Parts: sequence; structure tokens; C-alpha cells
Amino acid sequence: MSVVELSGVSKTFQQGKTVALQGIDLAIEAGEFVSLIGPSGCGKSTLLRIIGDLIQPTTGSVTVNGKPAHRARLDRDYGIVFQHAVLYDWRTVAKNIALPLEMLGWSRARRAQRVKEMLELVELTGFEHHHPWQLSGGMQQRVSIARALSFSPALLLMDEPFGALDEMTRERLNMELLRLWEEIGSTVVFVTHSIAEAVFLSTRVVVMSPRPGRITEVVDVDLPQPRTAQLREDPRYFELVTAVREALARGGAEAVVEEELVSGTDG
Amino acid sequence: MQIAARRGGLLVVLLGVLWGLWEGWHWVGTRFHLHWPFPVNDTTMPHLHEIVRALFQPAQVNGPWLVRILVHDSLFTLKESAVGFAIGAVVGFAIAVVLSQSSFLERGIIPYVVASQTIPLLAIAPMVVVGLGTKGVTDWVAVAILAAYLTFFPVTINGLRGLQSADPRAVELMRSYAASRWRILWKLQVPASLPYLFSAFRIAAPLAIVGAIISEPAASIQGGLGGAIVNFNQYYSIEPQELWATNVVAALLGIGFFLVVVAAEKLVVRRPPEQTA
Repeated sequence: MSVVELSGVSKTFQQGKTVALQGIDLAIEAGEFVSLIGPSGCGKSTLLRIIGDLIQPTTGSVTVNGKPAHRARLDRDYGIVFQHAVLYDWRTVAKNIALPLEMLGWSRARRAQRVKEMLELVELTGFEHHHPWQLSGGMQQRVSIARALSFSPALLLMDEPFGALDEMTRERLNMELLRLWEEIGSTVVFVTHSIAEAVFLSTRVVVMSPRPGRITEVVDVDLPQPRTAQLREDPRYFELVTAVREALARGGAEAVVEEELVSGTDG
Repeated sequence: MQIAARRGGLLVVLLGVLWGLWEGWHWVGTRFHLHWPFPVNDTTMPHLHEIVRALFQPAQVNGPWLVRILVHDSLFTLKESAVGFAIGAVVGFAIAVVLSQSSFLERGIIPYVVASQTIPLLAIAPMVVVGLGTKGVTDWVAVAILAAYLTFFPVTINGLRGLQSADPRAVELMRSYAASRWRILWKLQVPASLPYLFSAFRIAAPLAIVGAIISEPAASIQGGLGGAIVNFNQYYSIEPQELWATNVVAALLGIGFFLVVVAAEKLVVRRPPEQTA
């Protein structure tokens, strides 16, 4: 069964004046790591929010775990991570991680136990009583990931989670994310505008184009699992990076990608 | 500790400068018979040491020291102000919560909230005191309600802004947990509003004192600072230092209330150091 199934999804804003997404068909199977890549305005973040039932598609159907997206949201079927950690300043690290567990009505003891496990998982043991502003950007994002995974959702939605971090932190967190993905075995939908990141992390890369936002190509990433840092020097890795880059160019996105690398804007 | 010492030093310097300006102008004015901004003499500008000394002398023959009377009056006014502050804070925030739930309500109601503050307190004080009096409400409670009439306003305006200050992505996050509107309000919007709310409380605290003082004469209350001010007003041309001394005590009361709010804020609000006011 597909974890995510999109068929004929479109989204228009401003009474149809802006077509954010058009004719999106995509099925994501359990255990996959799928990246959505494309320049600004291709609607990749919008698509992620449609999967999460945070915004409604104008047309088309969205199912998550075989249910309508709305039902899946009410069942807490997914965890979400944004570009910024979006931690609550007034809560400690431990209490931030426990937030979704409070919503689920878990007992205090059970929450404490799970928070301890999550802190170990993201290697932040000892920071439970810190407040978010006392952590580096990378550490904040690890807390945000721990929070999203704390209630073991089947699906993890990530909207450029490492886009605001420096290159070194980003590469380290890429490795950590892969380790987590292997340990917990959930399905990941990952929005990025970094070609290298998409290829390194994913089992499939979905290439999107703007005006109107649409899927132009899907690149299967047949690199061996588990991924290691050495893979970044593998010839096959470079071939796939090239394939994605060319797919973006065919979608007429090259110029926009360059522009985005300069301005670093959010998709 | 070093910061505390520096602040203490600054306070001493400031008080010294104010003392110098006051006494300096007094000296220049009486010597050269200045009439700017008003005739300068011992009645319009009593010596500061006279004002302080008045506190430690009986206000009436064989009566207690003035400071004892004023402390007693302050405590009474403080009771009214504190209750008024509490009513204003609760009602003000409740209004903010209701308005935060709908932009339609917000747009429709806010003009009336603003308009409420254009009506002078003195104009509604008799109505409230007499009206509530017929219902058996004690006069000091009526004064507290009048103080609340002033304090709810900044709490509603700032509280509303605070409730709306929550990061939109944090709202999305809560929706991803299938959180109800009530849960989003309680777990996200209310905590996010606290820094704004405490800014409002800082404004509301002295306002509550002022509101109580202004309303006391309307309620014919003698035992508070408002009563004392009205009383010493009548003797101003003979003993101006007593009214001045009362004003100083009233100001200290307002500052004290303000500092209590600041201390409470330090205990309650957790936020990054660079945002700390």
C-alpha cells in the first residue's frame, strides 16, 4: 500500500490567478525516502503542506496511509520538520520534544521515558533542561526532528530542514537523518533545493518545475544502502547528480536554480 | 552585583540632579522675583527638605506623623488598585482572547474598546459608584472597578497582539498534531503572548493607582490617597509641603506596584536574553 498517493492534484491561489501546482500524480511507497526538488515557485513546499492537510488542494485527491489526508492528520499519521526549528522559547528542550506527546494525552512518566530515548537518538542527552536559544542552529534542528519522531509517525514530512544551516552542519545532519531513517524505518518526504543533498539522501528524486508547478521527471537513485560519506565521491553519485541537474534544466529551471543559489530564498 | 551598584549610583546621581534643579530654580526665582512658569516662592515650590520633614511631623496637633497617615492611606488605595488591576487584567485578557478568535469580531469590537478610553473617568465615576451602591456594592469595590476601567485597555490591546504573535509555522505544527483551537490557544498563543501581556501590565500597574486615586473622591472615600490629596489641596496655600509629601508617597506607590510587576515578569516569562527588556 502506498503511504502517500496523490492523483490529479492542483492548487491555485488568488481565485485562479496563480497556478501553484498542476496535474500532480505521485505514489510514495512505505519505507521510501523521496525528495522533492525544484526552484522557487515550483510549489514543492505547497505540495508538502497538501500532503499534510495544512492546505487544501483545489482539485485532486490526497490519501495518506490509505485515508484521506484530513483523516490522517487527525490520526497524527505524520511528523513535520520545517526549515526553521520552530521550537517554543518558553519550553525546555525536553518539553519541546514532549509537546506532541502531551497532545496525545501520554502520561508524565511515559513522556519522560520517550523524551529520554529521543534525546539519545539525536545525541542531545544532557541538554534536556536547556532552552532553545541556548543551542546552536544544528542542535535546534535536531530537537525539532526528535519532536517530529517522538510519537513514531509512519510518515515524516521535511520542508528544507537543513536549508538554514552551514554546509558542514548540513552534511553531518544528513548522515544523522539517514541513520534515523534506517533505525525507525518510516517513510520520508523531503523538500530541498540542493541537488547533492537530494541525491545523497533519497531513494527517489522528484524533479519539479515552476509556472505552473508540476512534476517533470522522477529520478531513481540506485545507490547502495546504507549510504556512507565516501559515497559523495562515487562516480555513480556524480552521474545521478548530473542526471538531476539536467532534468531541472530540461524543466526550464536552470536559470532559476542559479538565481536561487545566489539569493538563498525559501521555496 | 556590579550592575546593581551602578544602578544604585545612577539613582543617587539622578536624585541629586533633580534636587539641584528644584532648589536651584527656587533660589534663583526667589532672589530675582521670577514669574516663570509661575511666581516662584515657598508656596509654589516648597523646599524639598521641608517636604521630607513634613512626613515626619504630625499633620494635626497631637496627631500621628503624616507618614503614618499616608502609609495607612496608601495601603487602602493599594487594595483598591490591586483588585482593580486584577479585574482589569482578567477582563482585558478575556476580551483579547475572544477577539483573537475571529478577525470579524476584532474589527467590529476594537473601535468600541478604543472609544471606551475617550470617556473621562471622572464622568463615569459617579454613575458607577451610585449605581453599584444601590446594588449593595461597597464603595471601595466600586473604586476598584473604576481602576479596572483604565487598566483593561492596554491589556486587551497588547494581549491581542501577543496572541496573534505566534509563529504561523508553530500554528501549522499544532495543526499537524490535530490540536483543537482551544489547545492551540492554551499551549501556543497564550505562552507566546506573555511578553506582550507583561508590557501591558507594566503600563496598567501605575494606571490602576491613578484610577483609584481619581475615583476615591467620587465615592467620597476619605481613607485613601485620593481623599488625602483632596484634603491637603484645601490647605495648600498654608501648608503646601503636605500635598507635595502626599504626591511623593503616591508616586512611590505607583513605582512600587510597577516593580512588583517587573519582578513577576522575571519569574514567569522565559525568553532569549537578547529579547529581555
